[in-house]
Amino acid sequence: MRYIFSLLLLVSILFCEAKVITLCNQCEIKELKQAIAVSKPFDTLLIKKGIYTCMNETINKPLTVIGENRPALDGQLKDEVLVVMSDHVNIIGIEIRNSKCGSMKDYSGLRVFKSKDVKIEDCVLFNTYFGIYLSDSKHILVKNCKSKGANYGNSDTGNGIHLWKCDSVQIEDCHLEGHRDGIYLEFAKHCFIQNNYCEKNFRYGVHFMFSDNDIYENNTFTNNGTGVAVMYSKGVHMFNNKFQNNWGDASYGLLLKDMSNGIINGNSFENNTIGVTMEGGTNMRFEKNNFTKNGYAMKVMANCRLDTFVRNNFAGNTFDASTNGELKENLFENNYWDKYEGYDLNRDKVGDIPYRPVSLYSVLVEQMPYAVMLMRSFTIDILNRAEKNIPSIVPETFVDDKPLMKMISQK
Amino acid sequence: MIRTENLEKHFGKLHVLRGVNTSFAGGEVVSVIGPNGSGKTTLIKSILGMVVPDKGKVYFDGLDVANDFSYRHHIGYMPQIGRYPENMKIGQLFAMMRDLRKSSTALDEELMHEFQLPAMFDKPMRTLSGGTTQKVSAALAFLFNPKVLILDEPTAGLDPVASETLKAKVLKAKRDGKLVIVTSHIMSEVEEMADKIMYLFEGKINFYKIIADLKAETGEEKLGKAIAKIMTEQAHA
Amino acid sequence: MLKIAKYVVYDILRSKVLLAYTLFLLLVSLALFSLETDGAKSVVSLLSIVLIIVPLISVVFTTTYFYNAYEFIELLVAQPLGRNTILLGEFLGVAFSMMAAFLIGVGVPMLVYSPNAMGGVLLLSGGGLTLSFISIAFFSSVAMRDKAKGIGMSLLLWFYFAVIYDAIVLGILFSFSDYPLEKAVIALASLNPIDMARIMVLMKLDISALMGFTGAVYKQFFGSSFGLVYTLGIMLVWIILPLAVSVRIFKKKNL
Repeated sequence: MRYIFSLLLLVSILFCEAKVITLCNQCEIKELKQAIAVSKPFDTLLIKKGIYTCMNETINKPLTVIGENRPALDGQLKDEVLVVMSDHVNIIGIEIRNSKCGSMKDYSGLRVFKSKDVKIEDCVLFNTYFGIYLSDSKHILVKNCKSKGANYGNSDTGNGIHLWKCDSVQIEDCHLEGHRDGIYLEFAKHCFIQNNYCEKNFRYGVHFMFSDNDIYENNTFTNNGTGVAVMYSKGVHMFNNKFQNNWGDASYGLLLKDMSNGIINGNSFENNTIGVTMEGGTNMRFEKNNFTKNGYAMKVMANCRLDTFVRNNFAGNTFDASTNGELKENLFENNYWDKYEGYDLNRDKVGDIPYRPVSLYSVLVEQMPYAVMLMRSFTIDILNRAEKNIPSIVPETFVDDKPLMKMISQK
Repeated sequence: MIRTENLEKHFGKLHVLRGVNTSFAGGEVVSVIGPNGSGKTTLIKSILGMVVPDKGKVYFDGLDVANDFSYRHHIGYMPQIGRYPENMKIGQLFAMMRDLRKSSTALDEELMHEFQLPAMFDKPMRTLSGGTTQKVSAALAFLFNPKVLILDEPTAGLDPVASETLKAKVLKAKRDGKLVIVTSHIMSEVEEMADKIMYLFEGKINFYKIIADLKAETGEEKLGKAIAKIMTEQAHA
Repeated sequence: MLKIAKYVVYDILRSKVLLAYTLFLLLVSLALFSLETDGAKSVVSLLSIVLIIVPLISVVFTTTYFYNAYEFIELLVAQPLGRNTILLGEFLGVAFSMMAAFLIGVGVPMLVYSPNAMGGVLLLSGGGLTLSFISIAFFSSVAMRDKAKGIGMSLLLWFYFAVIYDAIVLGILFSFSDYPLEKAVIALASLNPIDMARIMVLMKLDISALMGFTGAVYKQFFGSSFGLVYTLGIMLVWIILPLAVSVRIFKKKNL
């Protein structure tokens, strides 16, 4: 897509007599409004270093806006800063700051509305209510951008990058911090999200709603309020992400709610109160993930069906799993569980007796939460062992019949 | 030197001491006798502070000994059956006792040498025979040159030579003005050493007399017979 | 007092039992650290040693030692020494020996393989348990004249604190699960030195799980610096209280 862009740019420079309009505080043209007004399609606006007041300026023709030494467009907390309402717009190397905050309208630093083929690169958003707001748009690239949420107070901040009714959006190498959600997708299809770093967002690192057939990979989600949530979506694939350090009473690495046909592969869930919570998951496939040092590695609710968990590592978790009933038609196989105490007489590297990841104690804690204080007590140990030999309370179908004897290298 | 006032002691249901009032003075050897279970050892242990009486008091040189252990500097005690840390060697035991008591008075190592203990200083306590253990106990009792010596069945288990040595030592202590309290079952031995005899019976002092007086009263030459005579008289009375 | 402690230590060192205990701990710790590639898992295994085996050996060793040293104590009582001096001297001697065994057996491997806060807390709780169970063993030794009864009582107390107590707590939680029990559970945990030690380690080991709804309450309490002071204070009470009771009994004891 980028190449097409570049090609287009090249073509426009060669054949359309595109010119460069320079903006600076001492120049003839001092304001963006002026520059847009005098420009023709496929012109380039070069903004020199400086601070420019910019309130709800709309780019309504194909333009390339390039900042030199990252000039700042300042909304002075009065309105939105910059709006794109045209196809073929490139915005590169600009800082956008001080958008208005308000609950009536989702004010944002940079809004892209009903546009195609827009490229936003090397931009920094600072103190904006929403960072980048993409709606009704297609073929957008957001790359190497940084957005730090506004200090409007914990609850009152928008999302870092917000997608609504979008298609084929690519978000990569971005750093999103201190927003409500780092990245929010609603009705966004065919999106590709990679190499981003989302931290300290008050709600979710990434939040999918009704967004199908998206892929996100190699992202890191750390220290977010409640983790990453993927809800009511189909065919979302998650590869090689890191979900870590989400601590709190309702915190998890990853929350899956009413999901189907997703693949979760090669991710690591580390140091979360709950690694993965899955409610109403159908046909989800967890493979080669690492679950380490979580309070609960996973909570799989009884309304999940036809899900597969294979070749995952579970190590150093306080509880490997918990559920709220009898699981049906789910497959757990060839996972490594560090709490497994079975043997392998035929030396095929698969344990000869099944492993039940739900311990009696985790069921007890579910029913009487105060019992959490008895964790690692010898008495609890005895109870767990007794239950393992004569299972009666733990769900019978939550079982790995072929647990691996050794941890799997996921690389 | 030592006075007891109305000592009472129960061990569970057993009433072991039933109001013992008595006193002991320096320069005499008192023999405490009585049948088994009459309270001899309990009396001695009360004086030593090893048994805490239910009621009554023990005075040492006029001072109440309850809650004050310093009077034990002046007491040497030889238990009936001496039991010592098994892994300790004789030499170490003597060194430890010296270390623990921090005595300022000159040591009296006479008995230790007479029993030829230094030659066995390298022997661990657990390897010793009963007799040798008794020798160690006796030597330890006299070691710190105390004003009062309390010997519980001292000659039981000792060979005749050692018995004689010990008896001589007791008499010598008496001449030095010390108080020696001895329990014993062997009348001949009592006769040889003691000046006074205290007869305990069911936790009470039946009589406490100078031996010479006792013999004169009963007209018997032998102590054993004298005592037997008193007993029968009491039984008829 | 220190002199008596010195002789107690000499005496204990001469028997091979302490040496065996030290070696046992050393071997187990080394095995756990070298066989287990994951350091955290070795700590988990060591935790069960610290919570169960260390208190057990502490009570059994102390009680047996006390009855074997009965002669020595008798000897001391007839000497010009105060009874509290004698008993505290005995305690110090035993405590020093057992702590040395624990620190060499578990502390040294810990220092080599896992020199971090987690290891420190584990040593702290193990040390606290060693001392409090020595103290508890002194109580049963002084209270019971008969050796068999004394050892029996020590074992019973160990079993009570190690197993039965938590079962009772579980029962209470089960029966009153509809009531808010945060404070009650903290109080209940304080009544058992093993629970205190366990919670101390939990605050480091299972921090993720404890961030869950109810756990967070405890995390807030025990995880704070006040909580640490509280935990250590309660541990200290569990060392001092049985010992103080033992001294009271011992002062009136007939030997």
